[in-house]
Amino acid sequence: MNAISPDITFDLASAELRELNEALHKITAESNTRRWRVLNPEGRHAVAVGIDAPVTVEIDGNVGYYCAGMNQQASVIIHGNAGQGVAENMMSGFVRVCGDASQSAGATGHGGLLVVDGNASARCGISMKGIDIVVKGSIGHMSAFMGQSGSLVVFGDAGEALGDSLYEAKLFVRGTVKSLGADCVAKEMRDEHKALLAQKLEAAGIAPGSVDLSEFKRYGSARKLYNFHVDNADAY
Amino acid sequence: MTAHDAKGPAHALPQTSPRFSATFDPHTLSEIRRAAATGIYDIRGGGTKRKLPHFDDLLFLGASMSRYPLEGYREKCGTEVVLGTRFAKKPIHLKTPVTIAGMSFGALSAQAKEALGRGASIVGTSTTTGDGGMTPEERGQSQTLVYQYLPSRYGMNPVDLRKADAIEVVIGQGAKPGGGGMLLGQKISDRVAAMRNLPKGIDQRSACRHPDWTGPDDLEIKIQELREITDWEKPIYVKVGASRPYYDIALAVKSGADVVVLDGMQGGTAATQEVFIEQVGIPILSAIRPAVQALQDLGMHRKVQLIVSGGIRTGADVAKALALGADAVAIGTAALVALGDNDPHWQAEYEALGTTAGAYDDWHEGRDPAGITTQDPELAARLDPVKAGRRLANYLSVMTLEAQTIARACGKSHLHNLEPEDLVALTVEAAAMAGVPLAGTQWIPGKTGGY
Repeated sequence: MNAISPDITFDLASAELRELNEALHKITAESNTRRWRVLNPEGRHAVAVGIDAPVTVEIDGNVGYYCAGMNQQASVIIHGNAGQGVAENMMSGFVRVCGDASQSAGATGHGGLLVVDGNASARCGISMKGIDIVVKGSIGHMSAFMGQSGSLVVFGDAGEALGDSLYEAKLFVRGTVKSLGADCVAKEMRDEHKALLAQKLEAAGIAPGSVDLSEFKRYGSARKLYNFHVDNADAY
Repeated sequence: MTAHDAKGPAHALPQTSPRFSATFDPHTLSEIRRAAATGIYDIRGGGTKRKLPHFDDLLFLGASMSRYPLEGYREKCGTEVVLGTRFAKKPIHLKTPVTIAGMSFGALSAQAKEALGRGASIVGTSTTTGDGGMTPEERGQSQTLVYQYLPSRYGMNPVDLRKADAIEVVIGQGAKPGGGGMLLGQKISDRVAAMRNLPKGIDQRSACRHPDWTGPDDLEIKIQELREITDWEKPIYVKVGASRPYYDIALAVKSGADVVVLDGMQGGTAATQEVFIEQVGIPILSAIRPAVQALQDLGMHRKVQLIVSGGIRTGADVAKALALGADAVAIGTAALVALGDNDPHWQAEYEALGTTAGAYDDWHEGRDPAGITTQDPELAARLDPVKAGRRLANYLSVMTLEAQTIARACGKSHLHNLEPEDLVALTVEAAAMAGVPLAGTQWIPGKTGGY
C-alpha cells in the first residue's frame, strides 16, 4: 500500500462522513495535520470533497461517487476503485485512483492532475477544462466529449466516439481507438507534442524513458464545428 | 372571353378581397421563404410568442358577505418568503416573492447583470447567475445571489460556489425543456471566452445533459456532494422546464431539493431555435397545480418551496401564481424590459435591424440597441447600471404592491394565504389547467368534486 504515516486517521466505520469533510474544510495554512488517512470508506459518496489546502489524504478502500470533487491543492490517493465522477471539476492538486474508475472521471476539471492506475469507464474527461488525466489502462466510450482544454493520456485503448465535439483538449492514446467522435481527428505527433506528453507522464510519476512516446497517437479537434454551418448538419 | 370583357369596367362584378390562409398566414409564408433562402432554422431569444392560456384567464373573487377584506393602507399584508428550510443551515430570506431568474453574463452585458443585482437588492430579493459563471459585478451588487449549476459547468468553481447564497441545479428551462444552448461566436468576447475556457469567437455550445450524473438517483448523490462541499449551508434548488411537472417535482423532492423551480414555456432564453421555443413544453398555468399536487402528495408543500416562472408580468400574475400554490415567482423577460430592453427610445435602431421596439428578439446576435443582450462595449455602455437598477426596483415594488392589493381584497394577511378558492377562470381551458371553476359555475373540467 505504501501509505504514508498519517498525522490523523479517520475511520468512517465509526465516524460520519460529514465530520470528515467538515474537518478537511477547516484546514488552514497553519494547520499541523498535513497527512490524513481515511479507513473503511465502503463505497461512500462525496468522500474528501471540496478540500482547499495542500494536504495529503489517503483513502484505504473503494469510494462511491464524486470522491475528491472540486479539489483544490490537495493530494487525494484512493487505494481502491472509485465510483462515478472522481475528481469532478477539480481545480488544482492531485488525485490518484490505484484501482479502476467509473464513468465521468475528471469531468469538467479545470486543473490539477488525475491519475488512474487501472481503467476508466465511459465519459472520462467529459467537458474537461484544463485538467490533465493519465489513465494507465483503457477508457470507455464518449471520453473527452466537448473537452475544452487540458490533456488526456491513455496507455490502453479508447472506446467509441472519442473526443466528440472536441474543443482544444489534447488527447494521446497508445492503443486502439474504436471510433472517433464528431470533429475529432488524428493529428501529427510533432516534437512539441512529444515534449508535452513527456511532461504529463513525468508529472504522473512515470519514469522518463520507461514509456516509448512514439507508440502514442495524438487526437484533437478538426475545428470544423466551431461555428455552426448548415453544410455540417450531418455531423450533429 | 370573361364577364369583365363582356360588360366592361362599369359593370365589374364585386371581387372578394384578397384572403390569407389561416394555415399559411403571412408569418408562416415569410418563415418558409427564409428557410428556403438560408437552409438553417431560425434562432432567436425570448420565450414563446403564441397566445396561450395564461394568468389573464383567471380572476380573483375578492371578499364578499362570507369573507372580510383587509384595509388597504392600514392592515398588514406580508410578502416575505423564506426559501430552503428543508436541509440548508442558512435559508434565504426575501422581502418579496418576486425573484430574478437565471440569466448569464455572456447572454447579458456585465452592466445588465450589475443592474439586475442593484434592482433586486434594493427591494430585498435575489438574482441568479447563468451559464458562464459568476461575475464580480453581480456578486458585488446582489445581496442574495443564486449560483446556477449547469450541464456545461462553464466558470463553475468551488470558490464562487462558497460565495453563493444558494445553488440552483439546472435540469432544464421552460423555453426549451430537453435542450442545451448555444452562445454564438459574435458574443464570445475575450472576457466571456476566458470565463468559459474557450477560444474567442467560436460558437459556445451548452450541453443538454449533465456530464457526471443521469437521472434522479444520481442527482440525489450529486446534491449530497454539493451539500458536503458547502458544509450543508446553502439551499439547493432544482430547476426544471415545465413538461411533466407532477413527476419532475416529485423526483426533485426525492433527490433532496430544498426548493424546486418550475419554468413554463413563456420563459425566455438567450438563444434557441424558434421551433423549440414554440413547440416544446407547456404553459406555466397548466404546470403549477400538478407541481403543487406532487408536493402535497409527498407532504412537502411549503416545506420544499416552489418557485414558478414563465410569463410573469404584473402583481396580479404574482398573486395568481401564489394562489395556485407557489411560494415565489421568478421574472426574466419582464426584468429585462424594466432595465430598458425593447424600449421605443431606440426605435430607429430597431428598424435598422429590420424589427421594431417590442418585437426585437435577435438577442443572440449581440447587437441589442438597448445594450442589454450584447457584449459590444459601445452598446453595453448605453445601459447605466444604477439608473436601470432603480427602474427594476421600482417595477418590483409595483408588482409587490399590486399583489398585496389583491391579497387584501381577498382578506389575506400574507400573500401565501391566497388559495385556489380565491380564483375563477374565464375560459374552459384555463379552468381545466388551473383547476379552478369556470366563472359563475361550479365546473372544473376534468374534476368530479370541488377544489
